[in-house]
Amino acid sequence: MTLRRGRRALWILIPAAAALFLVSLVVGRYGVRPIEALRALLGADGSEVLRALILRVRLPRTIAAACVGANLAVSGAVLQGLFRNPLVDGKVLGVSSGAAFGAALALSFAGGAAAVQGLSFLFAIAAVALVAWIGWRFGAAPLVLVVAGIAVSALFDALIGLIKYVADPLSRLPAITYWLLGGLSASRWETLIPVIGVTVVGLTFFLLFSWRLNLLTLSEAEAASLGLHVRPLRIVVIGAATVLIAVAVSISGMIGWIGLVVPHVARAWVGADHERLIPASAVLGAATLIGLDTIARTVLPSEIPLGILTGLIGIPAFLLLFLRLVRSRGAER
Amino acid sequence: MRLAATDVSYAYVRGEEVLRGVSLSLVDGEVAFVLGANGSGKTTLLQCLSGVRQPTSGVVSVDGRPLAELTPRERARWIGVVPQLHEPAFAFTVAEAVLMGRAPHLGLFARPGPGDRAIVDRALEAVGILGMKHRAYTEISGGEQQLVLIARGLAQGARCLLMDEPAAHLDPRHQHGILGVVKELATGGHSFVVTSHQPDNAFLYADSVLLLVAGTAHSYGRPAEAITETSLRAAYGMEFEIVQGQSGARAVVPHIPPASPG
Repeated sequence: MTLRRGRRALWILIPAAAALFLVSLVVGRYGVRPIEALRALLGADGSEVLRALILRVRLPRTIAAACVGANLAVSGAVLQGLFRNPLVDGKVLGVSSGAAFGAALALSFAGGAAAVQGLSFLFAIAAVALVAWIGWRFGAAPLVLVVAGIAVSALFDALIGLIKYVADPLSRLPAITYWLLGGLSASRWETLIPVIGVTVVGLTFFLLFSWRLNLLTLSEAEAASLGLHVRPLRIVVIGAATVLIAVAVSISGMIGWIGLVVPHVARAWVGADHERLIPASAVLGAATLIGLDTIARTVLPSEIPLGILTGLIGIPAFLLLFLRLVRSRGAER
Repeated sequence: MRLAATDVSYAYVRGEEVLRGVSLSLVDGEVAFVLGANGSGKTTLLQCLSGVRQPTSGVVSVDGRPLAELTPRERARWIGVVPQLHEPAFAFTVAEAVLMGRAPHLGLFARPGPGDRAIVDRALEAVGILGMKHRAYTEISGGEQQLVLIARGLAQGARCLLMDEPAAHLDPRHQHGILGVVKELATGGHSFVVTSHQPDNAFLYADSVLLLVAGTAHSYGRPAEAITETSLRAAYGMEFEIVQGQSGARAVVPHIPPASPG
């Protein structure tokens, strides 16, 4: 089978994502028809209230969904390549658990949105720093990093349990539980601006670096024989992926599966070359989360937590992909 | 170019040398075979020659310049490594896999351009698999994968290629297919260091043979000088007979004592 497919995938993906973005702005539970919302958005006519709703509530939320989806998908693709393991995402490095601990800590002291976002970002970085430190001491081999990541995740999970156990069950515990379920309903421009900045810088880095990521899928000795400084590169790439995940999780809470599933779909579509895989993952991740978040806030009278929705859709998707992978590998032997 | 190892020793653990005072030298157009039992230091020697490992003592040099003075990128433009076959994690195409050889010629954020792709085509042409360019590396045979890895070394621009057991896992026809390509490329000016468990192949394809016994060079020279019944006994701890076929090719026949009756 030839693998020339997918060169034009982005020409399909980008307009599709843009269309979803627009749809997401004009639909919602506020009782206006999409066409009116569209006219208000374009400034043709419509009430100030409607314009404000779209520009101050829906627009930041949709941009947040795009950033979170793109970040999770791109870092998932990068980490899967780096670990030479298609079943890896940000979870294995302890990012998610670290972020969740930070948020739970802030919420247990009744911290505001900025405190939650800041602490969850800091602890996500701290968790990975700990993993990277352990990994570096033992040669930065993928196996060591994965084991260190699992250990650090378990540590933070236990600490989250402790916080939930001692948190006030009436006022604080629900907030923590709700945050852990994941969602974008709290998206506001003030907290979103730094997220957009980090996302643009991080994605640009991976787009520029995309071809070199191919080389990092080789074994350490093989990559070194091609003239690469493997260990520092691995640490830089893990660091950048971590920042992208951390900044995403800090505004969205726990949203699983995007980082695992989207890169697989993208890879099946455009092939393994990161020059195409990275942009495809970014656009597909953004489109997926915009779509899911639009469903989360429109189909039921009350909002469905996004983490639950991605799980409900993500788990079957993951299973299907996994079984396909097993079958195609089996056919080769 | 001349690749030379002079008195190279290597120890993974201080005091436990797996290579002791090994020397080897080859120039363009030569094929050197390294023979030796499992654990005799063949792979470690290749890693010292490629610069991935620094010898604990002794020097590896390219045209008289010690490898340690070159940056990894400079090193990679002289010396290529053709690793043992392994299962790749992702289905890169043949062309994408060979393109990775351009890494030492491209800056950190640079992408390969049309010039690099033309070099890839020439490398695939040289090993005779240009037609497989768009196939998935995971879907081609072991012999073809080996050719892809050689092509990657050529795309790298390396004059000297180090091959770790290219014949392992391959049937005789594919083994000789690969080694025939090696010989042909050597005629064109490349040089090769090949580790192997098959003295027969060394007789057929090598210009020089280094026979390692427990990390030391037991013998080194032209194949007929280095591979003798005595040196084979020292290397593998069993008896062999060297025979000559009608074509003049030499071969090694193991001497298996007949099972005692009863």
